[in-house]
Amino acid sequence: MRTAFINELMVQARTNQKIFLVVGDLGFSVIEPFAEEFPDRYLNAGVAEQNMTSVAAGLASEGYHVFTYSIANFPTLRCFEQIRNDICYHNLPVTVVAVGGGVAYGNLGYSHHAVQDIATLRTLPNMTVFSPADPDEAAGCLRLALSRGKPSYLRLGKAGETKLHAPADDLTQGPLLVRNGRAPVAFAVTGSVLKPALAAAEILSQQGVETAVYSCPVLANEFAEKFQTLWRHKKIISVEEHVFAGGFGSFLKEIAPANVEIQIRAIPEKNAALVGGQDFLRKAAGLDADSLAQAAREFSKK
Amino acid sequence: MSTDTKQFAAAIRAHMVQMVHRVNASHVGGGMSMADLLAVLYGEVLKVDPAAPQFSERDRFILSKGHTCAALYATLALKGFFPVEELQQFGQDGSRLMTHISHKVPGVEFSTGSLGHGLGFACGKALAAKRQRKNWRVFTMLSDGELDEGSNWEAILFAPHHRLDNLVAIVDYNKIQSLGDVKDVLDLHPLADKFRAFNWAVKEIDGHDHEAIRAALKQLPFESGKPSCLIAHTIKGKGVDYMENKLLWHYRTPNAEQVADALKQIGGPK
Repeated sequence: MRTAFINELMVQARTNQKIFLVVGDLGFSVIEPFAEEFPDRYLNAGVAEQNMTSVAAGLASEGYHVFTYSIANFPTLRCFEQIRNDICYHNLPVTVVAVGGGVAYGNLGYSHHAVQDIATLRTLPNMTVFSPADPDEAAGCLRLALSRGKPSYLRLGKAGETKLHAPADDLTQGPLLVRNGRAPVAFAVTGSVLKPALAAAEILSQQGVETAVYSCPVLANEFAEKFQTLWRHKKIISVEEHVFAGGFGSFLKEIAPANVEIQIRAIPEKNAALVGGQDFLRKAAGLDADSLAQAAREFSKK
Repeated sequence: MSTDTKQFAAAIRAHMVQMVHRVNASHVGGGMSMADLLAVLYGEVLKVDPAAPQFSERDRFILSKGHTCAALYATLALKGFFPVEELQQFGQDGSRLMTHISHKVPGVEFSTGSLGHGLGFACGKALAAKRQRKNWRVFTMLSDGELDEGSNWEAILFAPHHRLDNLVAIVDYNKIQSLGDVKDVLDLHPLADKFRAFNWAVKEIDGHDHEAIRAALKQLPFESGKPSCLIAHTIKGKGVDYMENKLLWHYRTPNAEQVADALKQIGGPK
């Protein structure tokens, strides 16, 4: 996903002179081609995320669309107030990019698990949270962030996520229907955890139950009305690689009509102490295909 | 010219005292300490145009110590960015003059209030000017207390590394912060040496001596290729005897009698 990001950024930067990339001394083997091709619009701010973010705001105030780039919680929580005050309050075109959203960095441990980012960032004024599931969604989110010219947060996985569905033409139109189904239960997913959700739907299909699966890469109250497409399903399982509190499931509960029941599948706080790879941590949180299929079966019987 | 900036400073102080009195606001002491710096900056140094606050070649001024905004609002109003009468709205319900500096006000580049944000933002602007080969400059006013913030030291590392000699950091070094004397809370001494060690070009002046302020700010950058740091030794509450060097005036609002006394001492226009 990070490769899709940098490739798309370079494509856009060739025609859009306003694009500026500021990295927090991270992005080895990813950002070098951008730095070589656009030296005047590239900066390594060093391991100093607060200043990186304020500098980005300053650059943006002079006409650039700035992308700050780092991993996990470093470009978000470490400098949350700079995002809040310098970028969002001033409504400046800065896109904060974090590689390793969720538990993509697995056994690197709790410091590298970005599992409170959606909850915190979506509360900020003028902010749009982008949480793509695959490389095409990542590129689409980047283009949308640019065209909007406002504060945004782009939550990427890391490297190697596979393409999960055909690219969508317009990400402003709400949840993307990735797999159609008539079962009472539908999965609404944000981020790369779409993959096990699709696998769960496949398991259910083999058992004769067709479940709809939606990918929701664009999260902002501004787009709440576009989520109507989800509400024809009266039972929704929200899936996110994030803690329960305040994340994607909470967002859906805030905007859903009263006759829609939402069951949140997310990471329990107590799992913070666990060590292991992304798949292990997903399974421990019940975010693997089997657990999600089981959850859907039980939910549909309720 | 000297007389003009002194009158300007007196007017800034006079307005400020009345503004904080009207709305029972704090932070008058730190506004008084930087009034002379603002008077010389806006009187003679900054390239700004009240009729076109956003004109592209202007110098940018960032008030990082946003809590002392009454002084800057008064400065901008006196300079003609908005009507002086609007100063009466300071801190009132529905006013755009909130009691930490607001970018919604003409002539204000950036809102602050949380300390340690202005210098990094100023670095971003200065970097933009360098990358776009523009000649305008970026000035930022910092408090001494806010130099406790680590974010400032990230920016202090950043600016010389990127040779931002179009950036000027002015430290209003009045030696008193929120809960006590700087030397007792978290000592900054030797402050000039710290900036020099980080590769800034540094000058130290009496921040109430208009000739000294003028002389320093007319020789920018202090050294080619380096950001300039002007450490202005100031007195918190300067200009009103009962406020001077008193921590209390970080918080207290002058009552009507004290305002009258202050205006008499300041000697500015009423």
